[in-house]
Amino acid sequence: MSALPDSYTVYSQRRHGYDHDLYTWSNMHERPPIQWPRGSVAVWLCVSLEWFPITPGGPFKAPGHMVTAYPDYRHYTARDYGNRVGAWRMLEAFAAADVKASFATNAAIAERYPELIAAVQAGGHEIIAHSTDMNGTIDATLDPQAECDLIGDAIARIVAATGTRPTGWLSIARQQSFQTLDILNAAGLRYCCDWVNDELPYRFTNGLINLPLNHELSDRQIITVQQKSADSWAQSMRDAFDWLAAEAVRAGGGRMLPIHLTPYIMGLPYRIGALEALLTSLGAHPDAWFARGHDIVDEWSKSE
Amino acid sequence: MHKGAADPGLYDYHPYAGRPKVVWPDGKQVAVWVAPNLEYYEIDPPIHPKRNPWPHPAPSVVGYAHRDHSNRVSHWRMADVMTKHGFPGSVSLSVALCQHHPEVVADANARGWEFFSHGIYNTRYSYDMSEAQERCIIEDSIRTVQDATGQRIRGWLAPALTHTPRTLDLLAEYGFDYTCDLYHDDQVQAVKVAKGTLASIPYSLEVNDHYGFFVYNMSGREYADTLVRHFEQLAAEGERSGTVMCIPLHAYLIGQPHRIGPFEQALEHIAKDNRAWIATAGEIVDAWRAQVT
Repeated sequence: MSALPDSYTVYSQRRHGYDHDLYTWSNMHERPPIQWPRGSVAVWLCVSLEWFPITPGGPFKAPGHMVTAYPDYRHYTARDYGNRVGAWRMLEAFAAADVKASFATNAAIAERYPELIAAVQAGGHEIIAHSTDMNGTIDATLDPQAECDLIGDAIARIVAATGTRPTGWLSIARQQSFQTLDILNAAGLRYCCDWVNDELPYRFTNGLINLPLNHELSDRQIITVQQKSADSWAQSMRDAFDWLAAEAVRAGGGRMLPIHLTPYIMGLPYRIGALEALLTSLGAHPDAWFARGHDIVDEWSKSE
Repeated sequence: MHKGAADPGLYDYHPYAGRPKVVWPDGKQVAVWVAPNLEYYEIDPPIHPKRNPWPHPAPSVVGYAHRDHSNRVSHWRMADVMTKHGFPGSVSLSVALCQHHPEVVADANARGWEFFSHGIYNTRYSYDMSEAQERCIIEDSIRTVQDATGQRIRGWLAPALTHTPRTLDLLAEYGFDYTCDLYHDDQVQAVKVAKGTLASIPYSLEVNDHYGFFVYNMSGREYADTLVRHFEQLAAEGERSGTVMCIPLHAYLIGQPHRIGPFEQALEHIAKDNRAWIATAGEIVDAWRAQVT
């Protein structure tokens, strides 16, 4: 008698296409080429504005959340450093390079730090909804109504605090349930940034758009997880840009470079210079089109 | 293997110094093969009692979508640089990919690549399988790849590197020529099986892109440099007796835009070195067997 049931070698979803109906398969390299307003590589800067309660909660603990026994002053304050200092360094760097970015913003940030939101908006940057706070994680263990309430609450609070309605959504750790796409769609959002399976926008079955925010290129992955230096991170961004620009020429169509930034990581004094230098070199590059998330979605939609 | 024994009895000790000379075709010193893993991970697989496939309850979005990047974007990026520099793939295949995305399998087949089985899905683990279940996945693999590509598979890399004590004996019984599951050597070696013969071809975990990026935390450039150093050493040692270098890949890792450029430079370095015999796994095992028996 086997320790495994006979069903372990039965595969009910083995069929052409995916083992789910969330989206359909397509080869990026065979799609009609897309043209950006200028340049061949859309460079999308996306900054996460995160408030970590010192009392962790939610279905799972967000990356970067509290580590020690309560009260974890060390991590509460080190994360909040990003909101007090690091994000302001980034805003200055973006202004100096004359580029616009997206800011994936917890509702709690919008409510707690109005000066930061005002500066983001004054800079012409986009606000993407990024849950309530860093306890607002989503996974399949969350009751469907509770998930609906969480997303609705996050959007309502961001609208109230910023005076604008975001069209994009980023889940914490990009983690969803099987309901999330439908909830986001019903909440009137146009796109989410959670699925890292592509390098151009695509549409889910329910009509919502995915704008892929590559986690492998994030400062969190390269610097915090893989423990590389800021210079190594910047080198990887340049290598990615160079490859994508060359691939765009061969394909006759545009590519996308998502650069996901975290103020408490890249906004440190010894790291910000690497970001500034990267923005200077890419900013001068004729192939680079710096765009906010909704700009890329708009352009992609025109040629869909 | 000897089930339950401290030494599984897979092979005899065979010191690296003083081995019989293996010579690769045209006097080449190092056989280089590239092993792209063409995989399918299920979004909501059954949970095996000894291993949970995903870090979150289904859907584990980043884990699933990251692997899916291979089948939408990065397979072609990886395959194109391999083709450009003359490297055929010896594919470690989740054979259900033949059903889910036959377009990817057809692309690899059209490039003249060799296929071997990496199980049905990389989310179904072999631990604790009954003999009937294990025969089921072996026979399914042979039939599925034959139908999709016309190739009779000759090799095996266990799904997610999960085995039973009888796996290697069964492979020999079904006429497989090589396993990629043993990491004890830089040369092809005989494996002790109950009946028949089976060869172990080096399939490196140490220079596997997954180890490079997620165990050793290398940048794309550091990984490319690692491949070149690995190659240089094995090419030099291959003068005494032919060595084997495997480059095991996953498109969703090596085909990321920040890694593929440096990787292409490493391939170019190897392709230009006339000590390298660039071959498939089956060709390497055949050339070895012709010299040792």
